[in-house]
Amino acid sequence: MIRYFSSNFSHLILLIGIFIMIIPVWLIFASSTHTASIINTQGLQFFLGDKFLENYTKVLLYEGGFFKEITALKMFLNSFLMATGVAFLSVISSLMTAYVLVYFRVKYATLLFWIIFITILVPLELRIFPTYSVMSTLNLVNSYWGLIIPISASAIATLFFRQFYKTIPDELLESAKLDGANTWRFFIDFLVPLSKTMIVAMFIFMFVFGYNQYLWPILVTSSEQYWTVVMGLKMMSGSIVNKFAFVIMSMIPPVLIIIVLQKYFIKGIFQDK
Amino acid sequence: MKKVQFKSNYSQYFFLAPQLGILLIFLYWPIIQTFRDAFTMQDAFGFGRQFVWFDNFLFIFDDPAYFIAFKFTIIYSFVITLVTGAIGLLLAVNANNVMHGKSAYKTLLIWPYAIAPAVVGVMANYFFSERFGLLYHLFNDLWGFNWYESVFDSYIYLIIAGSWKQISANFIFFLAGLQAIQKSVIEASIIDCKSSFRRFWTITFPLLMPTTFFLIIINITYAFFDTFGIIDTTTIGAPSGETRTLVYKAYMDGFRGLDLGSAGAQSIMMMLIVLVITIFQFRYIEGKIHYN
Repeated sequence: MIRYFSSNFSHLILLIGIFIMIIPVWLIFASSTHTASIINTQGLQFFLGDKFLENYTKVLLYEGGFFKEITALKMFLNSFLMATGVAFLSVISSLMTAYVLVYFRVKYATLLFWIIFITILVPLELRIFPTYSVMSTLNLVNSYWGLIIPISASAIATLFFRQFYKTIPDELLESAKLDGANTWRFFIDFLVPLSKTMIVAMFIFMFVFGYNQYLWPILVTSSEQYWTVVMGLKMMSGSIVNKFAFVIMSMIPPVLIIIVLQKYFIKGIFQDK
Repeated sequence: MKKVQFKSNYSQYFFLAPQLGILLIFLYWPIIQTFRDAFTMQDAFGFGRQFVWFDNFLFIFDDPAYFIAFKFTIIYSFVITLVTGAIGLLLAVNANNVMHGKSAYKTLLIWPYAIAPAVVGVMANYFFSERFGLLYHLFNDLWGFNWYESVFDSYIYLIIAGSWKQISANFIFFLAGLQAIQKSVIEASIIDCKSSFRRFWTITFPLLMPTTFFLIIINITYAFFDTFGIIDTTTIGAPSGETRTLVYKAYMDGFRGLDLGSAGAQSIMMMLIVLVITIFQFRYIEGKIHYN
């Protein structure tokens, strides 16, 4: 272990960092367990109150959008469907595209690579209205497919899989070919099991990406039935403590996934074994 | 590329179909429409379309609001990159320096990465509200902070809100970069140089250059695009349009103003900016930095 300076100093710096990360969330959480009148008269609270159950169940089951057609519970369901759909679709399609890029002798490989790679330069924000008009042409506005498909082509995930495949020794394909494996068998029996860590990492990455979408759901859902959590936050009516409770709950799914699956995530992204 | 590959055969089309299908329909088709919008003008009722060459571009260059948004975007991405990079590096160096609790620190510092920018914005709202915002009142006592009226103060508001979660991303990548440096290099440097401060800046930091430049791109992209959710839930451009990024302005012009020609032209300008940054990164910076 090589030190630049004393480790007590390091602990102090790190604790300050953690404090800055945790304290805003804690204050909102503690305040979400009080009554609205306490917040309005005394401001944000540091200590817990006794309205936890009341506030949280009220948000989950009764409070909703402008027209009270939707509850937070339904928004969570929508967000979960959207995030899972985006993660599945983008991981599977990227896995397959990267397979062709690395393992097939095709003439147009370079062109194909650029067709995919160049899309990194054009995020959804830059083509949002035309994408919307395509969606309405295809009649996909106000649908789960409309929420999922346009953000499911991930050049980044493709690049990660491509990079990963390149590190796999050539002998793998040689021996698989000797065993008579065709393109399907090699993909399903060899490549997919080997890419497990990478698949989990990309799944987490795309799940969080899908869950955190804000602008796209606003544009593509006019019906409250399809509202997601992240966009619903701003739209939500109700008292201040209910909003606090909703903010806290909205963070839980992605944060939990990152914390629990952290090892896979970091292993996949940095490709260390 | 691989020496051993499959011969080109029909199964490749099956493997390519999902991604290319999505790209063509939901990416390339809209991009073509963006270009059509940018070079045409629609009449007020949406019946006809007229090719107008670069008129839409000339309009945005004539618009002072465009330059205000441009200025804010540049300042914002510069400050966000600097602040989150510096704090992320400081935390990573210290996390790499401790013997005990390294993984606990890591876990406790990376989770904000997962929070949506829009959620961060809603939260920041509560800390900067005039009614009970702790930071609002703290800064107000210090120098009369009032982001509803002062441009500088609204910058401060958005920089704090925008930096908070991005520190985590910088921390993760710097920590991985530090851990990838070979022990022998650091050990050799200890013999040559007694001052740990100088050792860091002359040996370790240059070795972190690839990570640093990767993070610069990540942070700039974040400030350009991902901050949309933060702005839309905090200042919404307050005091009067000074805190709109180029992306936010393009959206507002297209959505509220229904001016798709201008929105298209602004999108294409933005693509050019991103393209220039990417080329700059590949051509200029990548050639000048040291890889070990």
